[in-house]
Amino acid sequence: MAQEMTTTAKREVTPAERGEVTRSTVVYRPDTDIYETEDHVVLIADMPGVAPADVDVNLERRVLTIRGHVHRQAHDGYRRVHAEYGEGDYERVFTLSEEIDRDRIEASHKNGVLTLKMPKAESAKTRKITVKAA
Amino acid sequence: MQLTQIGRTGRDSFAEMRQLQTEMNRLFDNAGVFPAVQVYPPVNLWIGDSSVVVTAELPGLSAEDVDLTIREDVLTMRGERRQAEEAEHAGWHRRERPYGTFSRTIGLPFRVDPDQVQAKFENGVLEVEMQRPEADRPRKIAINGK
Repeated sequence: MAQEMTTTAKREVTPAERGEVTRSTVVYRPDTDIYETEDHVVLIADMPGVAPADVDVNLERRVLTIRGHVHRQAHDGYRRVHAEYGEGDYERVFTLSEEIDRDRIEASHKNGVLTLKMPKAESAKTRKITVKAA
Repeated sequence: MQLTQIGRTGRDSFAEMRQLQTEMNRLFDNAGVFPAVQVYPPVNLWIGDSSVVVTAELPGLSAEDVDLTIREDVLTMRGERRQAEEAEHAGWHRRERPYGTFSRTIGLPFRVDPDQVQAKFENGVLEVEMQRPEADRPRKIAINGK
């Protein structure tokens, strides 16, 4: 099913939402999709311009922080005459629910998209209960 | 619950004003939820002496997913962003990434030579560098002084 795409502007992380940082770059909130299958919760974040080596995924207790660092493209000899997006780092913080098995989270990064596959803990998986006809 | 004795008309005008105020607040609250919508993909344009560079953010796509066409002074990029198979039957918690087909036509400041185009796609950022044809490049004109 094809549909015409439109998108909203990149949302900047305001200084009030994050602590002070030593590097003075703009920090954006990456657009994220989160969906849940039977035994996984999958998180996909758009971080264009970030190489796999510059991605930082941090899990502390239940707080998940994803960060991406972008190396500024130096276009020497060029003037920027039109800009619809800014270049900056990415950061977003999530709180995971108790249901996630924190030791088996898989992270992969390709073409500027970070995918986190988080398996649900055994106790949280939905169980089908068979009904016996009495 | 407030009781206002306002005659016998049965209509409580203060309640009406309160309701109007709540509705106005709701209107302004929603205004922030629908920010300005742009076309996709967002592009930046850089101009040099005799070349122009267009950069576009297309995370999740790579070289084979985008179709680039150049004609005179117009660049067209076309493609499709697909979502994962398993996502179609899953329960969604948050959906912010755009999906679907896109086609964007960008007018360039001058004509470019389609044979002298270099495009690279790294980490979801597409960069297209186009050169001006030799004949079109601005030439310095010497002025004869007398």
